[in-house]
Amino acid sequence: MFRRERSIPLRGSAAALCNNLSVLQLPVRNLTHFGVVHGPSAQLLSAAPEGVPLAQRQLQAKEGAGVSPPLITQVHWCVLPFRVLLVLTSHRGIQMYESDGSVMVYWHALDAGDASLVQAVFARGIAASGHFICVGMWSGRVLVFDIPAKGPNIVLSEELAGHQTPITDIATEPAQGQLDCKPLENRDCVADMVTADDSGLLCVWQSGPEFKLLTRIPGFGVPCPSVQLWQGTVAAGYGNGQVRLYEASTGTLHVQIDAHARAICALDLAPELLSAAEDTFVHIWQLSRSPEGGYIEVEHCHGECVPDTQVCGARFCDPSGSSFAVTGYDLAEILRFSSM
Amino acid sequence: MSVRTLPLLFLNLGGEMLYILDQRLRAQNIPGDKARKVLNDIISTMFNRKFMEELFKPQELYSKKALRTVYDRLAHASIMRLNQASMDKLYDLMTMAFKYQVLLCPRPKDVLLVTFNHLDAIKGFIQDSPTILHQVDETFQQLTEIYGGLSAGEFQLIRQTLLIFFQDLHIRVSIFLKDKVQNSNGRFVLPVSGPLPWGTKVPGLVRTFNNKGEEVRKVEFKHGGSYVAAPKEGSFELYGDRVLKLGTNMYSVNRPMETHMSGASENLAAQTQESIAPNPLAKEELNLLARLIGGMEIKKPSGPEPGFRLNLFTTDEEEETSRRTKSWLGSWGSLRSWTSQGGVPARAMICLP
Repeated sequence: MFRRERSIPLRGSAAALCNNLSVLQLPVRNLTHFGVVHGPSAQLLSAAPEGVPLAQRQLQAKEGAGVSPPLITQVHWCVLPFRVLLVLTSHRGIQMYESDGSVMVYWHALDAGDASLVQAVFARGIAASGHFICVGMWSGRVLVFDIPAKGPNIVLSEELAGHQTPITDIATEPAQGQLDCKPLENRDCVADMVTADDSGLLCVWQSGPEFKLLTRIPGFGVPCPSVQLWQGTVAAGYGNGQVRLYEASTGTLHVQIDAHARAICALDLAPELLSAAEDTFVHIWQLSRSPEGGYIEVEHCHGECVPDTQVCGARFCDPSGSSFAVTGYDLAEILRFSSM
Repeated sequence: MSVRTLPLLFLNLGGEMLYILDQRLRAQNIPGDKARKVLNDIISTMFNRKFMEELFKPQELYSKKALRTVYDRLAHASIMRLNQASMDKLYDLMTMAFKYQVLLCPRPKDVLLVTFNHLDAIKGFIQDSPTILHQVDETFQQLTEIYGGLSAGEFQLIRQTLLIFFQDLHIRVSIFLKDKVQNSNGRFVLPVSGPLPWGTKVPGLVRTFNNKGEEVRKVEFKHGGSYVAAPKEGSFELYGDRVLKLGTNMYSVNRPMETHMSGASENLAAQTQESIAPNPLAKEELNLLARLIGGMEIKKPSGPEPGFRLNLFTTDEEEETSRRTKSWLGSWGSLRSWTSQGGVPARAMICLP
């Protein structure tokens, strides 16, 4: 059972985007950072354990040509081996900052060259993999940036081609997860990144100096707005309210959940699975491996209705999954829940 | 965001405007032929070919201020006159109605059905005018051509673009409050029951498969809502059962629209924030607007036909109160030349603390 905790007020309401909440847990400093996109600006704030807001900062999308101010599509903290960077994607480009948002260390402008007049041009989908940061594009391409241990010498090292429609989300194995992986027969085939797009297609990659496409999991006519990867399992949330779990290395479907009544907008996985959708519900599921067949089993733990709120972001706030936070369209606060 | 959003925004807001004007014309007992002429004039201006051509070009959404100018012009495309306060109220009602419809669309693609509902009703207003009917049908064809083939992902982007446009608007509308579709804090009620979007299964089932793809386990869980599968998909043809009720006329003959509007101050806070922020792109926007409005053929009132004033308030006292608490955007001063052709003169801005 979960109970509602004190909300954290936001300067601006959350925009109706997917994956519109990023959380950076800093247990050593007893702090949690939250990032929410409002529209042309994003808000970062840090809070103490009881949800007491301590500091906040607003970041703007870097201007460019166009009639209206550019909109931000996503804000996300990337935890790398030696540093943490905050990445902001918009309709103009990719902005990377030091983790508190104080200094911009890198700017990459989008090249709209190939886009037809009717295509919206934007970057969306952010994840860290080792010392790389991967960012998705409207074209389906995924840009791979090589990040040095410190300083602004960030280099675009690769462009991955696997998708034909706009990227929606990217997920990578958390660094510590790889050590606990169940033993794989073929160590050459470690799936550690999954990318998703508007057509529902998922691509599973192995990271490295050159990223390698391991397997493709086709869509079925609806977008996949949110995806997670944990201990060799891909969790994907779809526009028709379904959550599907696949074996990352093979792409085999293991679990299909008719989870929500509207499009899924956010997933989190650590070690429980959290799913949130536009139907106002947040569900928490327990994942386990069956002793006999070794396949993944899912059990529903908890469902929370956020009344009259079109949820747009949701994340666990601690490694054990005993608390989570939620954002909603038009809502100028971050809702918090913790288990009793 | 999506560059395909403006036609949907314009047509649906226009549709709501016509519903409201139709209701007010009947409520004020304007003679039938005059009322029909007003609606005919506005509809034929809305669906003018040159205007539609500009509208359908792929482009970003205009700001709220810019779009408002288009409706100011449209509302005065006939012998009817609206004063400032009535125009403000009309626009607030239009925007909140469409915001509600977008928010409650089960699937992002259903916004197209909402648009078709508006067009179907518009055709009802102009049954006796084959020329205008033809214009509306042509627009229908254009919508089908452009939106018929869009993917679910593209519709999701259109939906997100529309919701960002409507973000932070929480004007309380009497008819919504009465029907309990809006809470007293201005937020819409999102029901957790009723028909599901076409293509979504009833939540509550977890199916597990083995490596061979065989289902090995099936478990139910309590999802908390009370949903039923959609009976059928709405029709996207020129004529057909849309199934969805969103976008149909909620101002029916038997339900007078209550014109007392609360929550004006809440909306003002949001508006003030927007108007005070400097807009360096205003000039470029005005140019775009010029092209769009240039396509409108506004009929000037001429001959013995006298203009008449339509009121969106039931009493003059209500109107006076509303006028004092509303602010007007000072940047309209530069658009004075647009409105001098018989529209509403721009007023000075009242700065709020």
